[in-house]
Amino acid sequence: MTGVFVGMPGESVAYGTGNLQGSRSFPEAAGVALRDAQLRSNLSRATATIRAKRAAAVAELPDWERLREAASAIKTDAMSRLPELLEQLEAAVRARGGNVHWARDAVEANRIVTDLVVAKGARSVVKVKSMATQEIGLNESLLAAGIEPTETDLAELIVQLGHDFPSHIVVPAIHRNRAEIRELFVREIPGAPIGLSDEPRELAMTARAHLRELFLTARVAVSGANFAVAETGTVGVVESEGNGRMCLTLPETLITVMGIEKVLPSWRDLEVFLQVLPRSATGERMNPYTSMWSGVSPGDGPTEFHLVLLDNGRTATLADPAGRAALHCIRCSACLNVCPVYERTGGNAYGSIYPGPIGAILSPQLTGVRNKHDPNASLPFASTLCGACYDVCPVKIDIPTILVHLRAKSVDAGRRRPDSEALAFRVMAWVMSSPGRFSRAERLLRLARIFSRGGRIRRLPGPGAAWTMSRDLAAPPKETFREWWTRHGRPVR
Amino acid sequence: MVDATRQAGQMSARDVILARIRAANDAASVTGAARVPDVHGYRIAGEHLQGSDAVVDLFISRVADYQAGVHCTDGDGVPALLASLLTDDGRVVVPAGLPEPWRVAAAGDGRELLIDGQPMTISTRELDEMDAVVTACRAAIAETGTVVLDAGDDQGRRALSLLPDHHIVAVRAEQIVQLVPEAIRLLSADRPLTFISGPSATSDIEFNRVEGVHGPRHLDVVVIKGG
Repeated sequence: MTGVFVGMPGESVAYGTGNLQGSRSFPEAAGVALRDAQLRSNLSRATATIRAKRAAAVAELPDWERLREAASAIKTDAMSRLPELLEQLEAAVRARGGNVHWARDAVEANRIVTDLVVAKGARSVVKVKSMATQEIGLNESLLAAGIEPTETDLAELIVQLGHDFPSHIVVPAIHRNRAEIRELFVREIPGAPIGLSDEPRELAMTARAHLRELFLTARVAVSGANFAVAETGTVGVVESEGNGRMCLTLPETLITVMGIEKVLPSWRDLEVFLQVLPRSATGERMNPYTSMWSGVSPGDGPTEFHLVLLDNGRTATLADPAGRAALHCIRCSACLNVCPVYERTGGNAYGSIYPGPIGAILSPQLTGVRNKHDPNASLPFASTLCGACYDVCPVKIDIPTILVHLRAKSVDAGRRRPDSEALAFRVMAWVMSSPGRFSRAERLLRLARIFSRGGRIRRLPGPGAAWTMSRDLAAPPKETFREWWTRHGRPVR
Repeated sequence: MVDATRQAGQMSARDVILARIRAANDAASVTGAARVPDVHGYRIAGEHLQGSDAVVDLFISRVADYQAGVHCTDGDGVPALLASLLTDDGRVVVPAGLPEPWRVAAAGDGRELLIDGQPMTISTRELDEMDAVVTACRAAIAETGTVVLDAGDDQGRRALSLLPDHHIVAVRAEQIVQLVPEAIRLLSADRPLTFISGPSATSDIEFNRVEGVHGPRHLDVVVIKGG
């Protein structure tokens, strides 16, 4: 252990920046999304497809639960030994001819990557789909430095061409259907065939033709990493299309940006994650292509390799004993696909590039929450706590428990000045502790019937409006149960 | 007490991040070595032996599920099978270490044959103009229908099996294991690895799998049983 003392936890916490929060709270953004009938239909169709595929792929393995246990244990272990493992990874990558850089936050990571590209004299880069580079807003930073990034994953290309925001971790363009994608390609891809149809195959071929020349001429590629093995310095990228292989193999320089939590202790750990990730993510026994490399290989692939290790709020998340398991996430998106809230609102309502249940626990921990008006303060409440996310999580992150924990934290943070909700609950406790008060309150409640229509109250006045913002309230009945009981008397035995 | 932010001025990003992690683990009362090794209980060996008929049959059916071509032959039948699979291809590239009879078959019927590294490395541009590539592999996984390449002499560098639109990969029965963990044990971090499960594909449009995007659009797997 080092002798460096970093002060009290909380004082020294450094939060993340970048594309981790929106400008509106979840209920506000969700309200807009819910009125978009096209979006809801696109999402419901796509998530139903993937839910069925995942369920079938998982049911095939007799040891699925054991694999989940193993994945969870490996991640818990890795987090507990993170400093040692990162130092080991760094040494192993260097020993095999690679370079390692450390980035405290998004700004530092962007600067490191941009400087590396500039040093190579390149004016453009090809990119493999990567959540880490989406998180830090690398594309915007590169553009500001006069470097043109091109996303080569089909869905990321769709998002980039549409000047859109990713709405899903594995399939960022899930909110777009084939007709919308066709329209976008015709408009944005020079030389797209005039008679282009909306057949997914034709759309994929258009992307192939568009990007091939770029792959052959690109000098620098930027990727993320699904995992890195500390023991061997091996970095892995899991993909489907072959755009990853192109980027990882053809350019002379490869820059990989990786969150520090992606490190795995040993080579054998790969056997667990190569089984749970593809089945959870796309419902396949195995994804079409997985590439693994350790530093540089003479005569094969890039001659220069840079690994950028990113903190950006991860250490802040690690400091919370109940919340740190959010860092075990392997970005498979299974929790998004089963979430009844995600299925209806889509990913953009979450504001962060990490949407859905995992985003609801990860984003606010990475950015920290300043006060209750912070957009990310609303995320832990964007759930029905139904528990479907926990059931499917391949690394067994207990998302519902962390959601409740983060809700409690946000309530505790606001305890000094009681708000209307706290006041309401205090009044309710006082009323419910006396039968007489309760009975009078019941009769008083009947007055609320004047706000009802068809047995439901859509909008309460005053402070009650907060309750009815995202739900209807059943109208109080004309007669309470106590009144009915008095009228009918005791039942005859 | 020394404040971390004040100290950060003199510390490298590396030292700051490592110190932050240690402080976070202390705050969360976590100490190292939380893991009990090897008590996971998932399958690490299949019920069928490497290269057994059961494993080979499983592999063949799983590869076929990916819309890849899968063909069975004995050792002597490989050249004829290769020739029949290459009938639509005019220009073929092979790695320098591909078995001689296979190379001869690849060059048959007037096809133009390039051998990577003999006498020189083929340029990326030239590689892109090739119709097909024939390689061997390092290992194969039956349960997932996966072929693993490790850039050995009979497989060539990674770009070789990536740019031509038609990849024919030969798998000897004894290279096929049943489970992913069995394959991981055969592989080495010293070599760049490519796991291939079916032809290039995408699920990015409405989560429907479409075969053939950037990698080879046609994958033929040749399974060699015996001899």
